[in-house]
Amino acid sequence: MSAVARIWARMRTSKTVVASGGILFAIALVSIIGPWISPNEYLTTNFDNILRAPTASAGHVFGTDDLGRDLFVRTMMGVQVTFVVAIVASVVSLLIGVLYGATAGFIGGRVDAVMMRLVDTLYATPFIFFVILLLVVFERNLLLMFVAIGAINWLDMARIVRGQTLSLREREFVQAAQLIGVSTPRIIFRHIAPNLVGIVIVYVTLTIPQAILIESFLSFLGLGVQEPQTSLGKLVNDGTKQMEGASWMLLIPGVLLAAILLCFNFVGDGMRDLFDSRRSQ
Amino acid sequence: MSLLDVNGLGVRYADKDVVSGLSFGVGSGESVGLVGESGSGKTQTALAIMGLLPGKAAISGSIDFAGTEIVGASERQLNTLRAERIGMVFQDPMQALNPYVPIGKQLRRVLLRHGISDGREVDQRVMHMLDRVGLPDPARQFRAYAHQLSGGMRQRVMIASALLAQPDLLIADEPTTALDVTVQAQILELLERIREETALLLITHDLGIIAGHCERLVVIEAGRLVEEGPTRKLFSEPRASHTRKLIDAAPRLDGDSPPAPESAELVLEADNVSVSYAERNERLQLHAVMDLDLQLQAGETVAVVGESGSGKSSFVRAVLGLVPMRAGRVTFCGQEVAGPLQARSIETRRDLQLVFQDPAGSLNPQLRIERIIAEPLTVHAPELDAKARSERVADALQRVGLDEDLLGRFPHQLSGGQAQRVAIARALIVNPRVLVCDEAVAALDGSVRQQVLNLLHREQQATGLAIVFISHDLAVVRSISHRVMVLYLGRLVELADGAGIFRHPRHPYTRALLDAVPVPDPLAPGGRLSISGEVPSIIDPPSGCAFHPRCRYAEQRCRVELPLVRPVGEARVACHRAEELEL
Repeated sequence: MSAVARIWARMRTSKTVVASGGILFAIALVSIIGPWISPNEYLTTNFDNILRAPTASAGHVFGTDDLGRDLFVRTMMGVQVTFVVAIVASVVSLLIGVLYGATAGFIGGRVDAVMMRLVDTLYATPFIFFVILLLVVFERNLLLMFVAIGAINWLDMARIVRGQTLSLREREFVQAAQLIGVSTPRIIFRHIAPNLVGIVIVYVTLTIPQAILIESFLSFLGLGVQEPQTSLGKLVNDGTKQMEGASWMLLIPGVLLAAILLCFNFVGDGMRDLFDSRRSQ
Repeated sequence: MSLLDVNGLGVRYADKDVVSGLSFGVGSGESVGLVGESGSGKTQTALAIMGLLPGKAAISGSIDFAGTEIVGASERQLNTLRAERIGMVFQDPMQALNPYVPIGKQLRRVLLRHGISDGREVDQRVMHMLDRVGLPDPARQFRAYAHQLSGGMRQRVMIASALLAQPDLLIADEPTTALDVTVQAQILELLERIREETALLLITHDLGIIAGHCERLVVIEAGRLVEEGPTRKLFSEPRASHTRKLIDAAPRLDGDSPPAPESAELVLEADNVSVSYAERNERLQLHAVMDLDLQLQAGETVAVVGESGSGKSSFVRAVLGLVPMRAGRVTFCGQEVAGPLQARSIETRRDLQLVFQDPAGSLNPQLRIERIIAEPLTVHAPELDAKARSERVADALQRVGLDEDLLGRFPHQLSGGQAQRVAIARALIVNPRVLVCDEAVAALDGSVRQQVLNLLHREQQATGLAIVFISHDLAVVRSISHRVMVLYLGRLVELADGAGIFRHPRHPYTRALLDAVPVPDPLAPGGRLSISGEVPSIIDPPSGCAFHPRCRYAEQRCRVELPLVRPVGEARVACHRAEELEL
């Protein structure tokens, strides 16, 4: 845990990381609490009250959509989906990517060649067609979309971790462990993995925006989250249809999406700088 | 008048003084040695003179260079000064050269900065300079990249680069620390030759280097001046105890070798070990080690000595099972052991331990010292409970002379000497029969080096540990070696007992290694050059005796016929002329 503690201490010293992290935390908190205290439901339609502009007095702070549904609750629901995507993407790329990459890099030779050619093959597969096919053959659901996003996210991670492991493997402390008689899985866990923490954390924060964008993109195409559920990408899609008459339907989720992406990118960049400065010291 | 005048220099990082109140001068054309152990502030002083300290360093005092004040000078002034008047040679030439630009092109820039723009003239002057610093075939090296040159050649290029600017002062910061002794002697000789045109500030931790090459000495400790004066005077009557300590810590060639161990129990035996590496898709076999033998008795220390490229590391790594053997067998306590490490029994792996050259690199930076030292126990004594384990760790720590409050630290919080002791403690905690030390003290300061050697010797006396000690420097192994093996290009050239090889070397290469050792004595400084050139590449080894191109005694027979190892007197020597030569 010491590595994590040190990273935490470093993170707190960077203003960008603290500010961006704070904004993300605030958005997440509001997205959980907001729908709970709001008097409106995400799927209640009200045809007397369609395309109402945002006002505080009428109880619809973000306005309503073309079916009269409250946009605040729907936007917050979209934010939740976005964060879930972020968590799933990072967990999947962490678990599969790190283990796969570390194993390939440490064992090396033919095993490495075969494992990495598989990654190359998956890279070369046209991902969108792959997802469309999946969604057509199986029923469209959230889980499937997460699987699809996870499936491409771990590829980058595996490559990065493999490269790092290749250089770690040549370090003398690994040879020292081999001489002592430490078993290979133990070397990977005790000696390789802790030294990957830095690069992995940085990379995870940088893949999260990518995953969020993919989800928004799929939802925008109508392949992602299905009605009456929603996500930020889908809200933006709906907004574009009404952007002449009801610009708030596009602007509010759009700005939120951009803010979340920017914050994740800032956190990622800040972390990368922190780790670079540690290396150069 | 002084060329460089450092007055009350202070360098401070946050709340830590690394240099304080340091004053000394360098006259024009003078050579001055700045001596101190690592962490004494030598390099910080050099960087301050060059105006290269990072922005977060607070500098006080004054540095006057030929009338120009360096402290507080603008970047523009400093650039002019650095480009035209002060040259610098760093410790690691690989870091100082751009790996993507051919060296000729890098040197050309120095002249362009000086307003010489005629292409032909520039190239000619660069090539002339490369020739002067002793680079063979300058026309070819002109187009070479840094990685294609050896360490010694790169350092020559750095010196050429500094000299092209015709500086008034050349600062050399540990210019030979990363090099073999023989190459070190060559570089020092080169620095001696260029003394006619520039003053020299030679920064080093090794008094042996200083003894023969500097007129005046400045000794510093913890950022403060300890003593200053003419080299001879300081060596003959040092006033400060720290100077005395530094002189005593420098390795010397005289003195006794340890007496032979009493028992004659053979622990480790290697027969006809050969190691080859496949290059270029296995079409080319590089023979790194050819037919080497080793017999090691309990309580004995065998030194394996040679320049880099001699195959000494490959040899012991093959014996340990870290690299595959092409041929040969290894016997441990009378039983043949398998080649590769993974195929060896857990007991064999416990009994053969290795200490690496770079103490920081051989400790996992993410683990605390306690876990690093305890790790072998988790493999070889898993039955121990937490209490017994920490007792063993405490015991190991005490054996290497370290304090228990280090246990909670991380490797980067230790000094080089402490880290190397931790590495030794990790190797000793399972009580191995054989300890292999691969240049284990090369990265350490003189006094720390001696402490580590003493510690190994003590351990050997107490437990009958057998030690294989690899080094490129004969002086380092003198005090601890019962027998010495000298290797050249993967073959044995001489094997003799410690006392014999230092008093009466029988192979010209052994003689050359001894001559190259810089001795801390200004009247007989050593560091002489009795061989030229560097170790040839194993891709294309010379015919006959591999040493003949560098041997001053070589005759026709040596060029065609490979000398076999045969007994000469008490020693075993591979030289056609071993009996007739008076070395």
